[in-house]
Amino acid sequence: MTVERRGFHIRFLKLWLPLGVSVIFALFPFYWMAITSLKTNQELYNRKIMPLVVHNPTLKNYVDLITETSFLEWTWNTFIVAVLSTAISLIFGAMLAYPLARIRFAGAALVSFAIAATYLVPQPLLFVPLADLINKLGLGDTLTSVILTYPTLLIPFCAWLLLGYFRTVPSELEDAARIDGASRLQTLTKIVLPLCGPGFISAGIFAFTLAQNEFLYALIFLTKTEVRTVPVGAVAELVRGDVFYWGQLMAAALLGSIPVAIIYSFFVEHYVAGLTAGSVKG
Amino acid sequence: MTAESLASAAAHPRPAFSLGRWLERPGVFAWLMVTPPVLFLLALVGYPFFYGIWLSLLNRPVAAEGTFVGLDNYINAWNDPVFWQVVLNTFVYTAAATLLKMAGGLGLALVMNQNFPFKNLTRALLLLPFIVPTVLSTIAWQWILDPAFSVVNWTLIATGLVEQPGPSWLGNPHLAMASLIVVNVWRGLPFYAITLLAGLQTISPELYEAATIDGAGTWGRFRYVTLPLLKPVIFIVTMFSVIFTFADFQLIYVLTKGGPANATHVFATYAFDIAMGGGQFGQGAAIALTMVPPLALLILAMALYLKPSKT
Repeated sequence: MTVERRGFHIRFLKLWLPLGVSVIFALFPFYWMAITSLKTNQELYNRKIMPLVVHNPTLKNYVDLITETSFLEWTWNTFIVAVLSTAISLIFGAMLAYPLARIRFAGAALVSFAIAATYLVPQPLLFVPLADLINKLGLGDTLTSVILTYPTLLIPFCAWLLLGYFRTVPSELEDAARIDGASRLQTLTKIVLPLCGPGFISAGIFAFTLAQNEFLYALIFLTKTEVRTVPVGAVAELVRGDVFYWGQLMAAALLGSIPVAIIYSFFVEHYVAGLTAGSVKG
Repeated sequence: MTAESLASAAAHPRPAFSLGRWLERPGVFAWLMVTPPVLFLLALVGYPFFYGIWLSLLNRPVAAEGTFVGLDNYINAWNDPVFWQVVLNTFVYTAAATLLKMAGGLGLALVMNQNFPFKNLTRALLLLPFIVPTVLSTIAWQWILDPAFSVVNWTLIATGLVEQPGPSWLGNPHLAMASLIVVNVWRGLPFYAITLLAGLQTISPELYEAATIDGAGTWGRFRYVTLPLLKPVIFIVTMFSVIFTFADFQLIYVLTKGGPANATHVFATYAFDIAMGGGQFGQGAAIALTMVPPLALLILAMALYLKPSKT
């Protein structure tokens, strides 16, 4: 009996207590977003009311966010930008990864080095010259500016991740196809790519969430309401002067997080696989 | 194949040029594949990098042509007390956040490496801070740490731990830095924990059995089995974490914009202020580039210290 109780105490201290604290710490900000977004201003700015629960829930913040701001437009922009930059990154990533995984060619080491170097260049190093170049090209305030620049952040790890998946395809399969007369390109598209679906899903999810996440380039390149993405729109336009519209801000933060969270929840295993294989930027 | 082509192939030691066959040569095929993405990256990463170096040598206001000023921008930064504050802030921020993420992430990974119900669900929930757009979750933190309506202060006051009105989390220079570090840890810790957990799961239980037979206790097993085998994973995760904490922008921009009184300015936010706020592209580019030497040194030092053994 005492032994059993001691076992329980140890398990509580070694498992449930640290786990519980971690989960609460990790999730509290989301809980706070959700309940703040459901509160009336009256309740929000009254310090006498217990703030941890909602007393008079209202959807007014959501209605205002959707009818009075360009939130839906930002969501659409974010989606388009994320989809296109992910597509570009997957195609270019695969074009880099396949030869590196399978073919011995002069300059392969140089290409790998270039990919690693690109991977390690932090964005703040490039934003000043890029801002100047984007302006000179007349791409300021266009979605093209971010659709072109996001892949520079995404291609290196897409290539890295896909490289690992390409290497798992048995080379006997490719040899057999080549002996049967398939060209290298046909071998790639008909044999290798179909076998690497999970790799493309992992890389794609990563690229997509990172593209949704990006802030610095969007902040600099997109200064007009109609081209903004959700993160920039929320920071730049839901704060008017010094006035913070907390209810709307929290509604925007929650709605902006939901698409990513849903996609993530469907592919969590792929996501974790990619995370642990590629050790993504973070 | 026709008789003529056979004959010509026999007549010449080298076969006639065939585009199809040329494309099949490994070197040609490989370079045809990698050239478009390599050009793309050269145009949008390589070229801007060197253009940035050139910009940093110019006096270049936003709307005017630049004039060459040599190293003036770097000398200005050297003589600028705010710049040195930025250097110090960046190191404090990076060191504190990385150490906390490393220790906390390793701890959480060890906790998660036990068997318990709903393990996958817990793992998915713990990763949420890492996958949700950082700016949006940071806005939530800004509200949690609000000077007037902070829920942290409400809790502290309600439990009698502090007096009204409670600390100003983002208004006091030291607390502001501490708050930024906490938010950074909140965001980055799951990445450490989940990656290290995956590393832990690859360690064979037989090694622990062998260590136990050899008389190792819990600490001994951790010190002589877990840590050495986890070193390569710790190395990679820490390298990424250091680089991107060192160059962090969005979290600080949203929470404090470098304030109060430059107490939380880091390289990225300061370069942004100078280049975008002040319109001095040359000076901004120079400040951004000063990140390169310390970053390179940090990576080198870590590579030497944590170097995964090749055997």
